[in-house]
Amino acid sequence: MLDKEKKTELRHLAARMRKDIIQMVGIGQPGHIGGSCSAADIVAVLYGHKMKHDPKNPKWEDRDKLIMSKGHAAIIQYAALAEMGYFPTDELPSLKKLGSMLQGHPDIHKTPGIEANTGSLGQGLSIATGMALAMRLDGKKGKVYCILGDGEIAEGQVWEAAMFAGSKKVDNLVAIVDQNRLQAMGKVVDRMDSGPLPEKWLAFGWNVSEIDGHNMDAITAALDDARGANGKPTAIVAHTVKGKGFSFAEEQVGFHNGAMAEWQYQLGLKEADAALAEFQQLALTE
Amino acid sequence: MMGTFSNQRMAYGEALVALGRQDKRVVVLDADLCKSTMSFLFQEAFPERFFEMGIAEQNMMSTAAGLAVSGKIAFASTFAVFATGRPYDQIRQTISIGNLNVKICGSSCGLSDFGDGSTHQSIEDVAIMSAIPNMTILTPVDAAEVGLAVKLASEHQGPVYIRVNRNNVLDVLSPKDTLRFGQYRTLREGEDILIFAHGSMVEKALAAGTQLEKDGISAKVVSVTTMKPFNYEGAAELAKGMKGVVTVEEHSYIGGLAAAVAFALRKCAVPLEYVAINDEFGQSAHHYDELQAAYGLTPEHIVRKAKSVAKGTKCSHKTAKHH
Repeated sequence: MLDKEKKTELRHLAARMRKDIIQMVGIGQPGHIGGSCSAADIVAVLYGHKMKHDPKNPKWEDRDKLIMSKGHAAIIQYAALAEMGYFPTDELPSLKKLGSMLQGHPDIHKTPGIEANTGSLGQGLSIATGMALAMRLDGKKGKVYCILGDGEIAEGQVWEAAMFAGSKKVDNLVAIVDQNRLQAMGKVVDRMDSGPLPEKWLAFGWNVSEIDGHNMDAITAALDDARGANGKPTAIVAHTVKGKGFSFAEEQVGFHNGAMAEWQYQLGLKEADAALAEFQQLALTE
Repeated sequence: MMGTFSNQRMAYGEALVALGRQDKRVVVLDADLCKSTMSFLFQEAFPERFFEMGIAEQNMMSTAAGLAVSGKIAFASTFAVFATGRPYDQIRQTISIGNLNVKICGSSCGLSDFGDGSTHQSIEDVAIMSAIPNMTILTPVDAAEVGLAVKLASEHQGPVYIRVNRNNVLDVLSPKDTLRFGQYRTLREGEDILIFAHGSMVEKALAAGTQLEKDGISAKVVSVTTMKPFNYEGAAELAKGMKGVVTVEEHSYIGGLAAAVAFALRKCAVPLEYVAINDEFGQSAHHYDELQAAYGLTPEHIVRKAKSVAKGTKCSHKTAKHH
């Protein structure tokens, strides 16, 4: 359960992360704004509340881990890591520049807090499973969280991992499907329908819940429930809006990896600032 | 051929057990072939550190990556074709870009799974793995060297691919022999011709050396265990003063030993020939020797190629088709 203060803190974090994304991607460069904003609130709850981690000691061995299996949404993870203090937010605009610590897809050698190289879709859940098995062997109590896209799960390897983790009862593993219903070329339902999702994960031996992926209380409650009391891994199907928070990106197929024009960038900053204003008001009234 | 023969697969399983005893970080994964790759020996010794991944090689490799990035030394084994083909992307994207401690055992390599035919015979595994940055490739010559290779791989930071034969191979190492990366093992001294070979083909190269001696040609036979990073300088050094060089491998001539030696000797005038599998798939046979012979992998072929370079009449690619 979230108390009011914590909930406000997480919403504030997510709002800052969304502004970070606009500033990171900038004008005229393609960036995966859509799939990053759909996952923003989930990532905010994970880093800001649920996960045990230490920005000053990214390799802390008792930490929980987050694998961004949909590696193209790396920018939302970069925003969270910067906001948490893994590296200065000043680094964010260096995204994808030659020599930058912030690559187009996650790189363990370049970015503190990144746990695995992902980017070729469909592999993150397997990597997360290996990490969860290692935690078990080492007697660690931590959990491994893995965020997958609803388009990504067309990759067959996801279901190899789901079958393995379900059958071997890898209960310290949590898969979160960011079901924003769009992929690069159109609607998921039209490309290759990955539904019905809860039924699929149930059939593979997982605990399953379905939530509104932009509701901090619902995200927190689902993550709290992922205790694996019955030995099963947990899948959370999160209903989300692609591009959430930005009028020019919401539900827009073209903003899977779109480049912002000057007006979109300015509008994005305006909308991000409008979202942040609420928290400035709060700070002033306190 | 005189000498004793031993099984590399058995050596692999035994080496894993020995390593597992010394190092608790060692974990082993297999894709429903553990009684063929012999990784089941590790399963029996350390059941909690063995993961049966089912018939799902892609998940196996990425799971191995997750274990490795968590501090484990993960050995993943299956047939060489399935270890390098199906999970190529997993090996490239997470294991190799991440430079993770995943050690891949390509078992039943080359034509050694003679009965099962082309789908189960890896003629391009070294080529595939060679092209990936950060990958190290070992092609042990005998059972003892598989043990040394497993140990060496475990001490190396980064991915390693180890090629293991299905059938018994000639014992060539002595108990005191060691292994280091880039090492060339001279198994027969000679002055006229230099023969580079790896794995199962070393036995054939040694037999060819004996025949060549009878024919008045002195052949030096060198076993190559490190296919990557390839010791190019060392190969050029060995070739100095030779009348010709022949490479011998149970692998396609594309992207294997022939290619590596040709690159090493690109600034040398020495004539070069190769015995390898042409750009074609394998097929089923009742006997390993019979299949090797059908693909030109015999001492007689080596002798012929050695004589051609000794005379300085280097064959062209076109004539090579018929060995």
